[in-house]
Amino acid sequence: MSESVTVADVVTGRRQNTGERIFFWWDRVGILLILVLLMALMTVTAPNFASFDNAMNVLRSISINAILASGMTLVILTAGIDLSVGSTLAVAGCVGVLLHVAGAPMIVAVGGGVLAGALAGAVNGGLSAWLLMPPFIVTLGAMTYLRGIAYTSTGGLPVIADDLSFAALGNSYVWVVPTPVIVMLIVYALIWFLLERTRFGRHVYAVGGNPEAARLAGINVKRVLVLVYTICGATAGLGGIIFAARVMSAQPNGGQSYELDAIAAVVLGGTALSGGRGKIIGTLIGALIIGVLSNGLVLMNVPYFTQLIVKGLVIVAAVALDSVRRLVTNAS
Amino acid sequence: MTEPLLAVENISKRFGATQALAGVQFDILPGEIHALTGENGAGKSTLMKIISGNYAPDTGQIRVNGTPVAFANPSQAKAAGIAIIHQELNTVPELTVAENLALGAEPTKSGVLDRRGMIAAARAKLALVGADIDPATPIGRLSVGLQQMIEIARAISEDAKILVLDEPTAALSQTESQTLFALLHEMRDRGMGLVYISHRMEEVWALADRITVLRDGCVVGTRAKAEVDPSEIVRMMVGREVHDLYLRSERAAGDVRLQVAGLAGAPGIGPVSFDVRAGEVVALVGLIGAGRTEVVRLIYGADKATSGTVTLDGVPLASRRPGRSIGHGVGLLPESRKDQALFLLMSVTDNVVISTLSRWSTAGVLARRALRKAVGALTERLRLKAASNNAEVRSLSGGNQQKVVLARMLAQEPKVLILDEPTRGVDIGAKSEIYRIINDIAKTGTAVLIVSSDLPEALGIADRLLVMRRGLIAAELGAVGATEEQVMEYATGVLSFEGTT
Repeated sequence: MSESVTVADVVTGRRQNTGERIFFWWDRVGILLILVLLMALMTVTAPNFASFDNAMNVLRSISINAILASGMTLVILTAGIDLSVGSTLAVAGCVGVLLHVAGAPMIVAVGGGVLAGALAGAVNGGLSAWLLMPPFIVTLGAMTYLRGIAYTSTGGLPVIADDLSFAALGNSYVWVVPTPVIVMLIVYALIWFLLERTRFGRHVYAVGGNPEAARLAGINVKRVLVLVYTICGATAGLGGIIFAARVMSAQPNGGQSYELDAIAAVVLGGTALSGGRGKIIGTLIGALIIGVLSNGLVLMNVPYFTQLIVKGLVIVAAVALDSVRRLVTNAS
Repeated sequence: MTEPLLAVENISKRFGATQALAGVQFDILPGEIHALTGENGAGKSTLMKIISGNYAPDTGQIRVNGTPVAFANPSQAKAAGIAIIHQELNTVPELTVAENLALGAEPTKSGVLDRRGMIAAARAKLALVGADIDPATPIGRLSVGLQQMIEIARAISEDAKILVLDEPTAALSQTESQTLFALLHEMRDRGMGLVYISHRMEEVWALADRITVLRDGCVVGTRAKAEVDPSEIVRMMVGREVHDLYLRSERAAGDVRLQVAGLAGAPGIGPVSFDVRAGEVVALVGLIGAGRTEVVRLIYGADKATSGTVTLDGVPLASRRPGRSIGHGVGLLPESRKDQALFLLMSVTDNVVISTLSRWSTAGVLARRALRKAVGALTERLRLKAASNNAEVRSLSGGNQQKVVLARMLAQEPKVLILDEPTRGVDIGAKSEIYRIINDIAKTGTAVLIVSSDLPEALGIADRLLVMRRGLIAAELGAVGATEEQVMEYATGVLSFEGTT
């Protein structure tokens, strides 16, 4: 065992054993390291992986999942979960397209979709905060009824809109960068600011870390929870608008199982499902890992069924890592 | 000379660069209670974990009845007749006493649980500790004191020769502690050797035959109780003279700040009426379960009151909630810092300002420089020892964690400060600093209300004592001139309220 004082000791203010020291660094650079290694591996094995065009492809392909995962990060930081984001995405897309079809201006169509998502989230948050219902159950129900609302709104069929006013949100470029990527980066910058620089951000970590202490410290825990689910719904709504813009239509069956990819990105990014610990930047890296993996496997012509196996195992491995960390840090 | 039951010879243990124990000598004779004392971090727990087989020593030797042993795990230590009682209870509340006693080693008859055998075994074990309890009672319904008896019953097998107890009274009331002490004396008289780990001087003094003091991983000395006085032991613990542990400088009590009238909550709590003046320290004392914590939570608005009023500087505080109370200038340091106060994964800074963020933010955006400066001033004032104010609170010692919560209270600039067991589980050095802080706060005109189970502390720092019994205030005493015996008589109901003047 090393005798010298390490950076990990200084930051945590305590002697670290080897296991703790590994996880100290893992928390800070581990997930980034995996992304870099994965990209190096793909560069060597997958044809055309390392090109600017493909990089933009990967970023565009992850943008919707990453936007869903950004709101999901807030929810998971409070030790909650939102299983309804995939269905929320569908509802918001339908609302946006139907408003457009009804003649609403672009700003109303886009705003309406995002608001619909926020409303769905507020209902989730309200039920779990005020009626003390477990978020898993509340959002499991919402996943089903929101899907039903999406189907009902279009009569079960897609609504094609060739002249969709907000189509640019999904398909255009800002200089050489796809617009959805720009939107994604803005969302991450906002949520980073919210978590790191505002009172609300501190409250989110406090509520997730110790709800009873948060209450006694004067934090309105229920309000924080409602806001967190509302924001998660709004990001899912924004994801739905971009989704609809990409496919130039309202797709009531769109976004199925997207909640799982979003949760996977959050967990891969190092946010603890038990709440109170995690960083928004980790979620972005988590979404990138999923995106690079899918992209590389496609470029390598790996069959789709095998891709599913690989992706699933990567997610399980990431969660296993989190459990091992907890075992190591609690054992001391 | 009698052969020691257990001898620890020249034990050293190192974690990284920290020398947790260095050349420690320690032994236990049959029929003695040997107290192991020292400040937090002195190495008491490490030594216990070596004796119990949780850690292997780097150097040195353990002997049981003169035979060298090397425990690879706790069960080997248990097989050698060493029983350990940990600080926290390890009972499963939903299971019965018998089930808890048999936990992990349930008797079976051809693969099926032998319930009758289990109950019989439980009775035999309960008899060992002289506890008269129905083995079919769910253990969660018993008092903490009785649960601890059952823990002891579980730990000692019929042939246990050595019992090690780590801060066993942390969660016990005074009477429960007395019952425990009687049991420990009885076990000693049966020829067992007991190691009693504690930093509570009164207990060490009441129980021990010999006292060993650890400081910074070394044995400062082992003394027979007959040869020393308590102040010498304290001196050995802290390595310096401790004059006047309790601090109560001359304070002039001003006008009534906090007025509580007819306050009642859950059945059996209240109604209580009292007031606290500016610059006054009032202690709520009584046995565990007397309703002290419940009353202060009602004042703060952590729980809803069913009747009664709370008035601050003449203004009634209606529909009290924690956030509003803080805004009005009422602060509460909760009973359990880990469960009710701290965010262990967050930094010292975040923990200190979490209740007062609005003061350091504009439109919700934090003014981080001003905030850090304010926290720096507070942590300096409280002499907080942390690697930095960015360190996670879980990396701090118990005493320093409590100072973080106190810093949060100071940041609130309270008019009324309620402190629920402010020195529980902190070492003597941190204690004296907390007393200094309380004295300082009171001097600035804050009304301080303290809940304390530590009677010498309450008598030492408060101006007045309110003795609670069964949810009501049984007596009010001036702290100067009151004795522990007097307080206990009111707390246990030996004296009635009418008897006082």
